[in-house]
Amino acid sequence: MSPTADTPIAEIPGDLLRRGILDRLRSLIGDSIADSLIKPSDDLWVRVKPEAWRRTARVLRDEMGFEYFCFLSAMDWMPSPFGKSEDDPTDEAPPRDDTIKQGYAGGDTRFQVLARLYSLKQHVGIILKVDVEDRGAVDSWVPVFAGANWHERETWEMFGISFTGHPDLRKMYLPGDFEGNPLRKDFPLLARIIKPWPGIVDVEPLPGAADDEEGAAAE
Amino acid sequence: MTATTSGQVISDRQQLAYIASQAADARVNVELETEGMTLNIGPQHPATHGTLRIIARLDGEQVIWAEPSAGYMHRGYEKLTEVRSFPQVTALINRIDWLGSFANEVPFILAAEKLMGIEAPPRAQYIRTILFELSRIANVTLFLGDLGVQLGAITPVFFAFRDREYALNLIEAATGGRFHPNFDRIGGLKDDLPKGWIDEAKATMKKMKQFCDTIEDLLFGNEIFQMRTRGIGVIPKDVAMSYGLSGANARASGIDWDLRRDQTLPMAWDKADWKVITHPAGDSFARCWVRLQETREACSIVEQLVDDIPAGPIMAKVPRIVKVPEGEAWVSTENPLGEMGYYVVSKGDTGPFRVKIRSASFNNISITPWLLKGVFVPDIITILASLYFILGDIDR
Repeated sequence: MSPTADTPIAEIPGDLLRRGILDRLRSLIGDSIADSLIKPSDDLWVRVKPEAWRRTARVLRDEMGFEYFCFLSAMDWMPSPFGKSEDDPTDEAPPRDDTIKQGYAGGDTRFQVLARLYSLKQHVGIILKVDVEDRGAVDSWVPVFAGANWHERETWEMFGISFTGHPDLRKMYLPGDFEGNPLRKDFPLLARIIKPWPGIVDVEPLPGAADDEEGAAAE
Repeated sequence: MTATTSGQVISDRQQLAYIASQAADARVNVELETEGMTLNIGPQHPATHGTLRIIARLDGEQVIWAEPSAGYMHRGYEKLTEVRSFPQVTALINRIDWLGSFANEVPFILAAEKLMGIEAPPRAQYIRTILFELSRIANVTLFLGDLGVQLGAITPVFFAFRDREYALNLIEAATGGRFHPNFDRIGGLKDDLPKGWIDEAKATMKKMKQFCDTIEDLLFGNEIFQMRTRGIGVIPKDVAMSYGLSGANARASGIDWDLRRDQTLPMAWDKADWKVITHPAGDSFARCWVRLQETREACSIVEQLVDDIPAGPIMAKVPRIVKVPEGEAWVSTENPLGEMGYYVVSKGDTGPFRVKIRSASFNNISITPWLLKGVFVPDIITILASLYFILGDIDR
C-alpha cells in the first residue's frame, strides 16, 4: 500500500516542486541523505544521517528558504506490547507481533526523531527524519530554530531521547520526580492497568459485520 | 598634564579627583542595587486562560527573566489516541482548543481521509468550512472581550459573552453541542443542516459584524487601549518564523501566510471571496487588530458559503468499521489560534499507531521567555493576552 520511490510523480506543480527541492537538497548535502520519498500530491519525506541532523536544518533554512519551524517530535516504531490496552490485567498477556517496521523513508532503529519545516515563499513543507538509538542523542536544533527548544524538551521527557547542545533540557509537563517516558510503546497506559477498560463490553459484532470487513458499505 | 578628548587640558590632580568620584559613584551604585524579586503569575490567574504559571524575575518593575511553566492541564492525548479507534479520537481532540472545538476535528479527519484515499462530498465540504469559520468566530469573539478585561475595560466582555452565544447557538443547532460538537466523521458529517438554519446563519452573521463594530468603537479607538498595546511586545518577522508562530500572531508580524489560502484541501475556502489580513507592526495592537479584522472576514466567508451549499449527500461511502490503510499523513489547517496539524501514522488497524498533535499555542507561547525579557510587569498581561493562547492547546 505504501508508495515507493518508483511511484510515478503526478504532473502537478506541487510534486515537481518537491522533486526540485529534493534535487537541490541532494546537491547540497547529498552524502548525508539516507533515504527519501515523494508521495504523489501529498508530501516529501527525507531521512538524513544522524551526524548531519543539525547541518540539514541549517542548509534548509539558509540556502533553501525553509524558515518556518513547524514541529519536532519522535516516533517509537515498536508495536505496543499491551496492544490497545484492552486486556484483562489478571489474564496472561496474549502473544503479540513485535517486529519493528519503520514508516516512510525507512530506518534502522526503533526510535526516530521527526520534524517538519515549511517554506513560506514556496508554500511547501518537508518532513525530516533521523535514526536515533534507544536512549540515544541527536544534535539539538535550538541554535538553528529557537522554537525547537520546547519541542525537544517534550520529546526528551516523552521518549527519553536526548539532544546534544540543548541549553535547558528539563521536564516540560511531568512532575520532576516522574519516572519513565510515557510515549514509549513499552510504557503502559496506567489507567488501563489499574482497572480493565469498560468499553470492551460494548464491542459486539455489528449486523452484517462480515460484509463490513470487506470495505464497501452494505447499502 | 593630560589632554581630554575635547582638547581641554586638565591637571593630574583634577584627573585623580575625577577618577575618585567615578569610583565613589560606582560604589554607591553597587550598594543601591536591589536584590530582585521572583513574581509568580498563576497557575490560577484570569490572564492565563486556564492554568499556566509564569515565573518572572523582576528588577524593580522590569522583567529580567521569565519562564512559563506548562503542564498543569496535560491530559496525554497523544498516548490516549493510541488506544482508541479513529472515530473515537475526535471526542478527545475536541477538547484541545475548547473554544473552537469543531476546528480541531477537521485536520484529523482530513488526515484520516487522506490515508484512506476518500474525500467528503461537496456538500459536506461546504458545511465543514462553515462550521469551521463559526468556531473561529466563537473563539475570537471571546478573545476580543477578554482582551478588554485584562487591560482594565470591563464593558467589552459583556458584549462578547452575549454575542458569542449567537454563534454558539448556531453551532448547537447544527451539531447538538455548544462547545464539543464531535460532528465530523471520516467521509463527511454526522447530520445535515436543520431546516431554517441558513436564514438563521445570515441573521447571526449580521449581528456578529455589528459586534465587531462595537468592539472597534469601544476598544480599538480607545486612547488607553492604544497606549497599553502599541509598541508593546514587538515580534520581528524572522523571530516569529524561527519560533514557529502561526495564525494571527504571524500575520501581525507582516508574514503573509494563511493555510486556508496557501494549500489545497478538500474544503470550500477557495469558493468564497475573502482576503488575508496582515499588519506590519508586530506589536500587541497589531495582533489584536488582525484578529478583529479576521472575524469580519470569517463572517463574510460564512455569508457567502451558506448561499452556495450544493445539494447532495453528506457522507461518502465508508465502511461501518473504519480501517485506515498503512501510511503516514500530515494535515494542518488555519485554526482560530494558528496552524494546527496532526501527523497521523497508521498500521492498517482500526486505531492510529501514533498521532503527533501540533497545536498552535504551544509554539505561540514558547516565544514568551524571549519576548518578556525587559518588559514592565503590566505589559506581561498585555503580551499574554495579545498572543492569545488556550491552555488545552498548550498542554494537550
